[in-house]
Amino acid sequence: MTKLLDIQNLTLRFKGKRTVHAINDVSLSMEQGETLALLGESGSGKSVTLKALLGLLPPKRTEIEGKIEVNGTDVLSLSGKKLQKFRGGEVSMVFQEPALALDPVYTVGHQIAESVMRHKGVSKADAMSTALDMLDRVRIPSANRRLHNYPHELSGGMRQRVMIALALACRPRLLLADEPTTALDATVQIQILLLLRELQKEFGMGVIFVTHDIGVAVEISERVAVMYAGQIVEEGTTSEIIKSAQHPYTQGLLAANLHDVERGARLNAIPGAPPSLETKPDSCSFAPRCPHVTAECRAALPPVFSPAPRRRVACVKAAPAVAAE
Amino acid sequence: MSATDLSPAIKPKTAAPESRDKGGPAQPLVIVRDLQKHFPVRGGILGRTQAMVQAVDGVSFEVKKGETLGIVGESGCGKSTTARLLIGLIEKDKGEIIFDGQGLGERLSLKDLRKDVQMVFQDSYASLNPRLTIEDSVAFGAKVQGLDDPNGRARSLMARVGLDPDRFAHRYPHELSGGQRQRVNIARALAMSPRLVVLDEAVSALDKSVEAQVLNLLSDLRKEFGLTYIFISHDLNVVRYISDRILVMYLGEVVEVAPVDSIWREQAHPYTRSLFSAMPSMDPDNRTQEPPLAGDPPNPIDPPKGCRFHTRCRFASEVCKTKVPKLMGLSGNADHLAACHLHDATSGHPKAGQGVPQ
Repeated sequence: MTKLLDIQNLTLRFKGKRTVHAINDVSLSMEQGETLALLGESGSGKSVTLKALLGLLPPKRTEIEGKIEVNGTDVLSLSGKKLQKFRGGEVSMVFQEPALALDPVYTVGHQIAESVMRHKGVSKADAMSTALDMLDRVRIPSANRRLHNYPHELSGGMRQRVMIALALACRPRLLLADEPTTALDATVQIQILLLLRELQKEFGMGVIFVTHDIGVAVEISERVAVMYAGQIVEEGTTSEIIKSAQHPYTQGLLAANLHDVERGARLNAIPGAPPSLETKPDSCSFAPRCPHVTAECRAALPPVFSPAPRRRVACVKAAPAVAAE
Repeated sequence: MSATDLSPAIKPKTAAPESRDKGGPAQPLVIVRDLQKHFPVRGGILGRTQAMVQAVDGVSFEVKKGETLGIVGESGCGKSTTARLLIGLIEKDKGEIIFDGQGLGERLSLKDLRKDVQMVFQDSYASLNPRLTIEDSVAFGAKVQGLDDPNGRARSLMARVGLDPDRFAHRYPHELSGGQRQRVNIARALAMSPRLVVLDEAVSALDKSVEAQVLNLLSDLRKEFGLTYIFISHDLNVVRYISDRILVMYLGEVVEVAPVDSIWREQAHPYTRSLFSAMPSMDPDNRTQEPPLAGDPPNPIDPPKGCRFHTRCRFASEVCKTKVPKLMGLSGNADHLAACHLHDATSGHPKAGQGVPQ
């Protein structure tokens, strides 16, 4: 079976008054029907990765090298009609702020139906019934009435459900979710997470879930890839990452979650701030903030160790752990 | 001046805090009684008031000297409105705010209140004037209040919050990162040598690793300057870490107040329990299976009658729809207050007096 997603040596630069090396040599692959969380802080390149996957970045200002394949389709070579068909058909996306992503002047039913008509070429009536079915599937109460509501008439949680219905209306093989629960309240966030988990099982699609919250990643995904400064520093199954994180950055992130921290105890904070990425990193990007830094870290890019299949750590310190195993 | 040298003017011990402490140690720093704020919703051609948003409705609580009170709740529950009322940014409709024994608007003027109460907002960029340098921003309040040597204060406080004054004093807000800007806001709040600092989602917009740095800084400052905090956040882990007591709000009302350990052991209000179980589990082998609550919080324009939580509560009965529960101490733990008919043996709820069922 072809891989659902195969990114190889993706390097992405934004040009303009100043250059930003947003993604530096990222390789990532996913099997069919997998859920992967991309975990990282702002500016680590997680959203840019998703946008590159959908070809949403401005071509004039972006330099992309490497290869992105979704189900065997080379995404970077797509353009025009083919790209339109790919977006929303093969791969679709749920955004962080549903109020901004939905069109305020059309009813939600109309918006879902429009996408179905475009991709499936069915009549408006059929598309509307698909829209109704989708609203039911995302557990919107009295979906029949909600179909004719405008986005501003819905609450935040409800809008995010509509957003998900819209994204899934054409049965994509891969769903990209860019922090879809960050703007929601805690009790609504957990509802949306569980809904996404159910729908993922039901439709058997792959999901990439971008988040900065480890707790959310644990709830939604089987696998986690941790990004820092445009690179993947650690990848593994969710329990591998939670229980035996090896990269100092992942360990720091876990400590900063405050889940089991004693009250009033001093937090083990990672000092400093992420690098600005104006130059291409030629040594470990985390070295200036790392508690275990050595001369080796500052000299060259860290080697990538793979202690187990589909598990990797980009850190010199990970080497002895491999030998011990 | 070296980076760690604080001018004596802002050292709490030498600034004679004794003279500012009017009520003695037993007097709570803040007492809020029956605070109410309703915002009119205008509409139509004539702009008449169509409805009222009951943002804060009958909120009462106390903050002791030197303690940190955490306020949690979902959006629209009135936690930020409470904070703004406390520092007089908006005017209250009803109720009393008593600061160290002096009622606001009676013996205490707004200007005097602001010497003692300062606030740090969520959006670090929006709350700084983009046309003022960092040093001017931090010194601004002290200048307005006529305190001596505002710029010296500003520079020493910048050093204290971890921003080298020589490097940062003449920069503008857009030249700083989010974490640095939030440090500036904290320095600006402290420049007035306040006794109470209200932190409204002050760390929520920061990245996790930076958030931990700022939390460490806040704990240090509290010890060093003898501050009292009101810490508003939606992140329960953060609130647990920093607070001594937690106050839970729902739709403009207080539903539960308790010491942190007590509320962590047992959540007495069904809403608090749902809020706690909505936290991600952090255990991949034991993920959350069922959402604790269905739907979104109701609109505060027209909140449900009786107990405002009854529309989403699993244990609601007839009495909950009509009678407003009172905030009262639990039997056997008077420090732990909850507003739920289940805890009130005389409420008429079929399961009254038995506590919240599992």
